[in-house]
Amino acid sequence: MNSPDITKYDKSFLSSLLQQMLLIRRFEEKAAQMYGLRKIGGFCHIYIGQEAVCTGAIATVDLAKDYIITAYRDHGHALTVGMDPKVVMAELFGKITGCCRGKGGSMHLFDEQKHFYGGHGIVGSHIPLATGMAVKIKYKNEDGVVLCFFGDGAIHQGSFHEALNMAGLWKLPIVYICENNQYGMGTDFRRASAVNELSKLAASYNMPGSRVDGMDVLAVYQSVTDAVKLARERSKPSLLEIRTYRYLGHSMSDPATYRTKKEVAKYKSQDPIVILRDRMTAAGMFTEDEYVVMDKDCKSIVTEAIDFAEQSKNPEIETLYEDILAETQE
Amino acid sequence: MPEITYREALNQAIDEEMARDDRVFLIGEEVALYNGAYKVSRGLYDKYGEKRVIDTPITEGGFTGIGIGAAMAGLRPVVEWMTFNFSIQALDQVINNAAKMRYMSGGQFKLPIVFRGPNGPAEYLAAQHSQALAAFYAHTPGLLVISPATPYDAKGLLKSAIRNDNPVVMMEAELLYNTKGDVPKEEYLVPIGKADIKRSGTDVTLITFGKVLHLAVSAAEQLQAEGVSAEVLDLRSLRPLDEEAIVASVAKTGRCVVIDESCPVASVGSYVAWLVSNKCFDILDAQVELVAGLDVPMPYNHRLELQVQPSAEKIVTAVKKVLYKN
Repeated sequence: MNSPDITKYDKSFLSSLLQQMLLIRRFEEKAAQMYGLRKIGGFCHIYIGQEAVCTGAIATVDLAKDYIITAYRDHGHALTVGMDPKVVMAELFGKITGCCRGKGGSMHLFDEQKHFYGGHGIVGSHIPLATGMAVKIKYKNEDGVVLCFFGDGAIHQGSFHEALNMAGLWKLPIVYICENNQYGMGTDFRRASAVNELSKLAASYNMPGSRVDGMDVLAVYQSVTDAVKLARERSKPSLLEIRTYRYLGHSMSDPATYRTKKEVAKYKSQDPIVILRDRMTAAGMFTEDEYVVMDKDCKSIVTEAIDFAEQSKNPEIETLYEDILAETQE
Repeated sequence: MPEITYREALNQAIDEEMARDDRVFLIGEEVALYNGAYKVSRGLYDKYGEKRVIDTPITEGGFTGIGIGAAMAGLRPVVEWMTFNFSIQALDQVINNAAKMRYMSGGQFKLPIVFRGPNGPAEYLAAQHSQALAAFYAHTPGLLVISPATPYDAKGLLKSAIRNDNPVVMMEAELLYNTKGDVPKEEYLVPIGKADIKRSGTDVTLITFGKVLHLAVSAAEQLQAEGVSAEVLDLRSLRPLDEEAIVASVAKTGRCVVIDESCPVASVGSYVAWLVSNKCFDILDAQVELVAGLDVPMPYNHRLELQVQPSAEKIVTAVKKVLYKN
């Protein structure tokens, strides 16, 4: 698919996409640094390189009625649904002020109010959950759609195939978004998949499938807009393979020696932030000075988030036994 | 009070709760057009239609996960597993998703969902279709686990489970569906987490749950003829366990036999036996005995499969042991 004509979009919209991607980039750079300082522990999966995917996709929906769910590389999605970077960073630090009171961590960010349903750590296991959320929309005759994000590694789990079969069978309002960053942990997706075009799997489940350039935020926005329209207006699911690339390893403990420097450099030359900025600049919609200000703003938001997380308290031991069961209302 | 079957009691519970709350729906294999593999859902598809009684493909992990997602978003699904043997396909969904979602999200989500179906051995079904899996679920914080043995408890507990805002795993049994018992016409609930004394006694406490409760009652009747007064405590809920009722009964009798049809290693029965040994150490007049399934996969041959499972005779023998009557 060719990139959409940039002049179709107004400046404030394009700037918001650029700002969102830049915020994620700066947030993730700091998160990686904080991990190195052991402020953040465990598994921490950095989103750098993939920013255009969640940014372009989530810009298409209305979170008053639509839903977002993703896997464990979830910081970008959490920021894009509008979660406060402070409570996200505090959660990575395991603090009581984090969005999940320090119980979820990097892989399990949630915001029920903003319809962000996680943040899931078992590969592919959240795809049926997303499908159940779409069942709820249809059951209640609502106008919403679900965007379900997962990686190229998840696409071979039974849960993916079981869920897509029922979504196709029952015509559910959901968009399955495979963020193909080309490596399931250390394995090139071509070494794990019988087909290289992952969107072809959609045909088995009677839904449209297509491949999208995930380094181009406008291509992502346009494709997801079309898929959301199909889901919202005709209650039909679809599968998008959004081809992207993560610049760092699978998690912070992975030096990613299975990839060549040349390959990484090739994708960095197609950086989603640089591409959009340069196209806006070429179209006379954006200046270098504006970029400098935007970047400074993003960095200061992240600095504030770090300060907030640092200054927040650890959870009290007593909180261990909280949040296990709900008090039944009736 | 009308006498109805365990199957009818379950059917009434689901029917009444579906009539009461339009967020409640039933989903599973063969639950709609076929009226349920064990006919628990008979008539519900005709009454409520395909929107609320949903047939699925054979895809336990898939439809269990769909139920969990729907519950997160505000519906109240009743997920029927044709048997618990197939629930193993969905174990990831129950343990990693249903049980953990509220905790991982710092209390943001409620998961009002019931997973139910027959658990444990029936007859002539061999190893893959004859497993008592209570321990898998009872082990997991974030779940409620119930195992009613009578039609009265089945109806009252299932209604409570459907109204509960947490994931509830309910274990029934093929061999219980046709059993009969008194069930009032008026609405009632049985609370989750409360054990019930099914038979009062003074000499020994038999602690059990589910289908084998009936073996315990039968053993108690045999023992009565021999002058031994056995109390039968039906746990009904495995998570949370009614520790107070357990301790109160053993305090009265000073002796305890636990009966659980599961394999014995790391089972609910072995946990309860430990609990009694620990909490009632000063009260006990004898070691706690566990009558469990033998530690083997279930064979097909009938003579062999009966040998694997608890029996009234095995329970009587265990009671005599704790009474030093051997």
